[in-house]
This record gives sequence, structure tokens and C-alpha cells, in this order.
Amino acid sequence: MGYTFQFGEVFRYWPLLVEGAINTLLFSAIAMAAGLAVGIGGAVCRNSSNRALRAVAGGYVEIVRNTPLLVQLFLFYFGLPATGLRLSATEAAILALIFNTGAYSTEIVRAGIENVHRSQVEAATSLGLSRTQAFLHVVLLQALERVYPALVSQFILMMLASSIVSAVGAEELTAYGNRIQSENFRSMEVYFVCGAVYLGLTYVMRFVLAFLARFLFPRRRALARA
Amino acid sequence: MAIVNLSGVRKSYGSLSVLKDVSLAVERGTVVALVGRSGSGKSTLLRCINGLERINAGEIVVDGRRVEQNEATLRALRQEIGIVFQSYNLFPHLTVERNVTLALSLVKKMSTAEGHAIAERVLNQVGLGDKIGAYPEQLSGGQQQRVAIARSLAMSPKVMLFDEVTSALDPELKEEVLRVMEGLAREGMTMILVTHEMDFARRVANEVVFMHQGKIHEQGPPSRLFVEPATPEFRQFISSAIN
Ligand SMILES: Nc1ncnc2c1ncn2[C@@H]1O[C@H](COP(=O)(O)OP(=O)(O)OP(=O)(O)O)[C@@H](O)[C@H]1O
Ligand SMILES: [Mg+2]
Repeated sequence: MGYTFQFGEVFRYWPLLVEGAINTLLFSAIAMAAGLAVGIGGAVCRNSSNRALRAVAGGYVEIVRNTPLLVQLFLFYFGLPATGLRLSATEAAILALIFNTGAYSTEIVRAGIENVHRSQVEAATSLGLSRTQAFLHVVLLQALERVYPALVSQFILMMLASSIVSAVGAEELTAYGNRIQSENFRSMEVYFVCGAVYLGLTYVMRFVLAFLARFLFPRRRALARA
Repeated sequence: MAIVNLSGVRKSYGSLSVLKDVSLAVERGTVVALVGRSGSGKSTLLRCINGLERINAGEIVVDGRRVEQNEATLRALRQEIGIVFQSYNLFPHLTVERNVTLALSLVKKMSTAEGHAIAERVLNQVGLGDKIGAYPEQLSGGQQQRVAIARSLAMSPKVMLFDEVTSALDPELKEEVLRVMEGLAREGMTMILVTHEMDFARRVANEVVFMHQGKIHEQGPPSRLFVEPATPEFRQFISSAIN
């Protein structure tokens, strides 16, 4: 092993790396927020009394979880233009990530909702709350509190998987890594640094999500302090 | 005019007939104790009154309003009827204060300040003014049940329903909950309670209703009913309940 690392060759491109890291975070944040919204909607449909809604949501989850993200991405980027809808690489990438995360979130949120006992809804509606109010304030909040750790893991996996969108040239960290590597031919150093940046990004995300939880779920903090 | 009026109420789950032609009138300001063996339909009767269960025949009228299974009617009705469950059913993710004020803000559209004032009042009433910032899991069973009572009281209901609210509690904790209920009765709250506490029923209730196999088998003031039960079933029930 006579290889000498030359990281200077990579750090020269630091503005590109920073931009890539920021874009990766940004794509992930959008996919997280929208994916969670899709997940909540999906979970509601999965538990709906309407058979058609249940079937559609079930089919969506089934398809997404049993096909590769890369293929889903290609469908959005190369497939959709056939229907007349042309998306930029970044748009297709974000949509594919939302589509993918939405399905996994559906399953996680659904498990959380099913874990909230029916008697909670009875208590809420017995106080005069509407079914929607009972769902939002009593069921959903408790469900999200309970499955939050699972959602965080899912979101981190999604951020790491987002490197796949470099395949269509979406402007994120891995795509920039590819570009740097094609200029300086230092694959080892480039991907080593990219990996390190992803590692750092997961810590940033964990920190931000833990911070958010303090506001969304104050009970945990109160009980930890007591 | 009775504030709660049931006439010819029937309820079944599939082929299991649980309430068979139940008629009952509850006067304003009175306390009615529902007693009877497990499975005799006491909880079901209570749950029909606030529309948690749909009846198959007959009619239930509460404060002049017919109990019907549509969301608008039920929501209006349930603001007049408080219900307290055996398992408390507090909202675990919310503080005691928010448990009490959730419906005040969402249903009665009260401001935070108005809600807070009411929460303080009802929590003091059940002796838990100092627990306003706690979470349910930080409280004992008896305290949780008193919060549940306060949560119902906050809505200023005209009728309160209690379903075996002390059954899950240790003897010492039962007392503190029963004292709160007794206070409510003294203040003139109309109450319908399912209970296994015969002493409490005897002391607090104006009327005792003995349910047996989905029917009202015997009813009357406790002073008479407990002293000279008319039917062998009730006699047997009392002697087994006391031992
Ligand atoms: N949701 C339900 N589905 C089917 N059967 C039910 C349901 N709820 C109650 N039952 C049945 O109805 C009958 C009456 O039940 P109910 O809970 O009203 O009795 P109870 O008098 O309150 O008894 P307990 O003292 O044990 O609480 C029982 O046979 C019970 O198994
Ligand atoms: Mg019962």
C-alpha cells in the first residue's frame, strides 16, 4: 500500500462541498416535512373506513417499499416527461425522496396511531371535541410522540439514501463529489471526505430533530427533569 | 320534567341483547346509583346516555334534547354531559392544566386566560390546585381520577356520569375520590353512577337502580331498597356485594 493521501486536492473545492452539504440538508428537510405530511395522510387513509382509500394507501406503501429508490427516481426524471411533465433533476430528486419517505412514514405513523387506545378518542369526543379535533390534538400528537425515534431513524436513512439522486445529477453532495473527482482524479480522497461530511450531517440532523422534539413533545423534557 | 329520560331503550351487540326495554327518569339534582352484577348492562346504559353507544330502539332525551347519532347533535349533547371512566382516560401527553382546558379552548373557544381561571377553580375543587403543571403519569391513581372529574366539571355539565370510577383504586385512594363525588352531590349536581360501593350508594344516592340481565329489576330509594329488597335477585346481590 504505497498510497499517499492528498486531501489538499479535495479541500481546494471546499465551496462546492459546502454547497453540496447545504443542498443535501435542504433536500432532506423538504423531503422530511413533506414526507411526514404524506405519511400522516397515508396513515389516515390506511385506517379509513373507506375501502378504496385503504386500498390506494396500502398499494402505495407496498409498491414503494418493494422497489428500489433509484428506479423510483428514474421514473420521476426519465419517465414523467413521457406524460408531458418535465422536471429538473433537482425537482425529480426531491419528489422521489418525498414519494419514498412518505410511504415509510405512513407505516410508522400508522403504527403510532394504532397504539393510541380507542378510549382516548372516547374521552375527547365525550368532552365535545369533534372527531377531527380528537384526532389532531389527542391521537396524532400522542402517536407522533411515540414513534418519533423511528421517524428520526427513517429520516436519517433517507438523507443518506439521497446520495442516490446524484445519478440524475441533482445538485447535492455526492453529485458535487463526482464532479470534483472527475476534475482531480482523487476518488479516494473525494469520497472519503464526502463520507465524513455525511457523517457530520447525520449529527446535525439528529441535533436539530432532538431540538424540535423539545418543543413538539414537552412532556418528555418535563419528565426527564422531574 | 326529568333531565334524563330513557324510554323503552334496547341495545344489542349482534345477537347479544344487552339492554332490554329500559325506562328510567332522572330528576334534576338527584343522584342515581346503578348497581348490578358484572355484565348486567350498567356501563352500556351509561354509554348510551351520552351517545357513545347507538341504541337499537327506544328514546333517550337529555335536557330536552334527543340523543341521536349525528356529530352535531352529539357534540352539543356532550357539552351538557360529563363522563368519568374507570380507567381515567386522561390525555397522557398533556399537562393537568391542558387536560382540563383542551375542550374549553377547542369547543367553547375560550381564551387561555379564561381557561386557566377555570382550571384553577375546578382543580381546587377536587383538591389538586398544586398539580396544575404536572403530567398524568406523575400522579397517583386517585389524583388522576380527580383530574378526570375536574376535566368534566370544567365544561359545566348539567349531568355527570360515573362508571365505576373507584374500581381501579386502592382503598385509601378510593376515599379521596368518593369525597369529591359526595361534595358534588351536595352541591346539587345531577349524577348517574355505576358503582360497587354499596355504602356510598346507600349514603349518597337518592335512588338506587338494580340492573339484572339487561333490565331494571328493582329500583327505589336506598333507605327502602337496602332494608327490604323486594326480589330474591337483589337480596342475593346485596349479600354477595357486602361480603
Ligand atoms: N363493545 C361490545 N361488543 C360486544 N359486546 C359487548 C360490548 N360491550 C359490552 N358488551 C357485552 O354487553 C354486556 C353488558 O356489558 P356492560 O359492560 O354494560 O356490563 P356491566 O354491567 O357494566 O358490567 P361490569 O360490572 O363488569 O362493568 C356484557 O355481556 C358484555 O360482554
Ligand atoms: Mg361496566
